[in-house]
Amino acid sequence: MNIVVCVKYVPDAQSDRSFNEADNTTDREGVEGLLSELDEYAVEEALKIAEAGEGEVTVVTVGPEQAVNAVKKALQMGAHKAVHVSDEAIHGSDAAATSLILAEAVKKAAGDGTPDLVITGMSSTDGVMGVVPAMLAERLGLPQVTYASELTLHGDKVSIRRDGDAASETIESTLPALVSVTDQINEPRYPSFKGIMAAKKKPVETWSLADLGVDAGRVGLDAAWTKVTSFAKRPPREQGQLVTDEGDGGTKLAEFLSAQKFL
Amino acid sequence: MAADAQHPLDLFGIDGLLSADDRDMRDTVRAFLDAEVRPHVPGWFEAGSVPVRELAPRFGELGLLGMHLEGYGCAGTSATAYGLACAELEAVDSGIRSLVSVQGSLAMFAIHHFGSEEQKQEWLPRMAAGEAIGCFGLTEPDFGSNPAGMRTRARRDGDDWVLDGSKMWITNGSVADVAVVWARTDDSDGSTVRGFVVPTDTPGFSAPEITGKLSLRASVTAELVLEGVRLPASAMLPEARGLSGPLSCLSEARFGIVFGALGAARDALEVTIAYTQDREIFDKPLAGYQITQTKLADMTLELGKGMLLALHLGALKDAGTLRPEQVSLGKLNSCREAIAIARECRTLLGANGIALEYSPMRHANNLESVLTYEGTSEVHQLVVGQALTGLPAFR
Ligand SMILES: Cc1cc2nc3c(=O)[nH]c(=O)nc-3n(C[C@H](O)[C@H](O)[C@H](O)COP(=O)(O)OP(=O)(O)OC[C@H]3O[C@@H](n4cnc5c(N)ncnc54)[C@H](O)[C@@H]3O)c2cc1C
Repeated sequence: MNIVVCVKYVPDAQSDRSFNEADNTTDREGVEGLLSELDEYAVEEALKIAEAGEGEVTVVTVGPEQAVNAVKKALQMGAHKAVHVSDEAIHGSDAAATSLILAEAVKKAAGDGTPDLVITGMSSTDGVMGVVPAMLAERLGLPQVTYASELTLHGDKVSIRRDGDAASETIESTLPALVSVTDQINEPRYPSFKGIMAAKKKPVETWSLADLGVDAGRVGLDAAWTKVTSFAKRPPREQGQLVTDEGDGGTKLAEFLSAQKFL
Repeated sequence: MAADAQHPLDLFGIDGLLSADDRDMRDTVRAFLDAEVRPHVPGWFEAGSVPVRELAPRFGELGLLGMHLEGYGCAGTSATAYGLACAELEAVDSGIRSLVSVQGSLAMFAIHHFGSEEQKQEWLPRMAAGEAIGCFGLTEPDFGSNPAGMRTRARRDGDDWVLDGSKMWITNGSVADVAVVWARTDDSDGSTVRGFVVPTDTPGFSAPEITGKLSLRASVTAELVLEGVRLPASAMLPEARGLSGPLSCLSEARFGIVFGALGAARDALEVTIAYTQDREIFDKPLAGYQITQTKLADMTLELGKGMLLALHLGALKDAGTLRPEQVSLGKLNSCREAIAIARECRTLLGANGIALEYSPMRHANNLESVLTYEGTSEVHQLVVGQALTGLPAFR
């Protein structure tokens, strides 16, 4: 089983994230970046499948120079090899362009064919669009089974469970397929020390747009269908109102809540 | 923390001194502990019990147990990485670090270094995985700093050995599957100290837990009672003869403490810096007073100096040239400064400082044990004194 996992390098959600003043794109300079937490579930699921049988896991990321850290983390967790697509022209790409680059990278990583399974997270933690998996499946001509909270393989089929508000669906698809997974599907492992030391010796290929045969004019900020035109920082939260209980604390609380239309 | 405030060790540019692997391993340990262990520690400390059997397999998965040993399922990391892991463990609690030190540096190291191939195959892979717990019995009720006086005896009976005696203050003792026990032999070729690998289900072996501790409460401590414990000849560690055997194990564990104690100090300091920034006293943050800043600056300086010494010792150990008296320098400095830092932090927290919710006093209490075990500060002063003068002053 040949599995490709697409992962994204994102600014740490724990830190103070912002936009780049010059072009309103995500600021990747001022904050620490890491492998998107939601993509750890995709890596973990691929590793579980590979470990249960014969399988090779390739992780692919598209992003700036530091984005190699995202695939490095996946290699430390146990993935076999990695691809980093990096090119100045990619800066500012929207979801459509990202899926175009990813599609070409996935095909090339699979030896100019299609892998048996493509796994992605359900969304990035920075852009939070959640549309790249669907766009990527479309570009690869693969069935898309999204938001999987459980994944089972049997023969040349994959079935997943998707938990909706009203019902839990079981969806089956033939392979090859693209599956996006939720944060309910598994418990991602921490890289072990052996994994960390072994990762250094694993192959990481760096490809440019030219290597993938993608026209630079179709990607990047200028080609983006949508742009962020301005941004303003949310004002810091104001200090709450202190209610001193002088025997009438309950009444004062009720008054406050009804003034805010909570009661 | 204010936006332009730096973490104490960042002031020293410590991260720049670490290899990428060592840093990644440290960060992994930190992330794992923050999510899985740290939230439980105050509860364990208060209850005076810790689920060693549940923690060990999780530690084993990461590769924490015997991490700097080679082969037999061990990760084979650098000594520096081991030290950094100890610092992260002890930043959570000295008891958690003790669990890992005793398993890896005392019990596993003794078998790895002095054991027969059979003993290694039997115990090390399971111990590395955290499926088997080990303990290390050297100290006795009447002999701590002077283990040469030990009374535990190993008597030859045919091919067998029979052990009698007792060991005191043994970490992991009552939860262990295997005990490395040091005993004096009355052999035909003279009396000497030898090590024995004792499965704890051997008849005559018992390990009552020691309760009522005011320090290291999130750690299991026990007495080992050996009453006619009969062992086959193959239970003896073939390569250890004399006190140098257990002492070289202690040197391994002490190396971890050089880093570990500083981890506790770092945590106490970070908690305290954050607290003083929030706490308003006489209408401004406690952190804005000169007395507070003097304390914080002095503590940070000792912490950073200690860490630079620890990393230097780590580099020497990785180069294979670290000498025992150099480990003594580090153990003495780290424990002494760490406990001083934890206590000073406690003063800045006022009454909150005595609450379980804040770590400094828990760290300070724990460090009382760390100051004493693995050679007391006084003993390490004597080791350094002897190195300087050539004159042993132990007796
Ligand atoms: C929580 C905990 C866990 C432990 N775990 C283990 C374990 O797993 N395995 C194990 O074998 N042991 C363990 N120990 C025991 C520890 O190693 C001993 O307590 C330590 O070696 C000190 O011995 P002692 O307590 O007998 O003190 P003593 O040797 O009685 O020392 C008392 C005082 O005398 C001082 N002193 C000693 N010699 C001299 C001298 N020559 N000159 C001047 N002053 C001196 C000491 O510095 C100390 O201040 C543990 C101890 C604790 C507290």
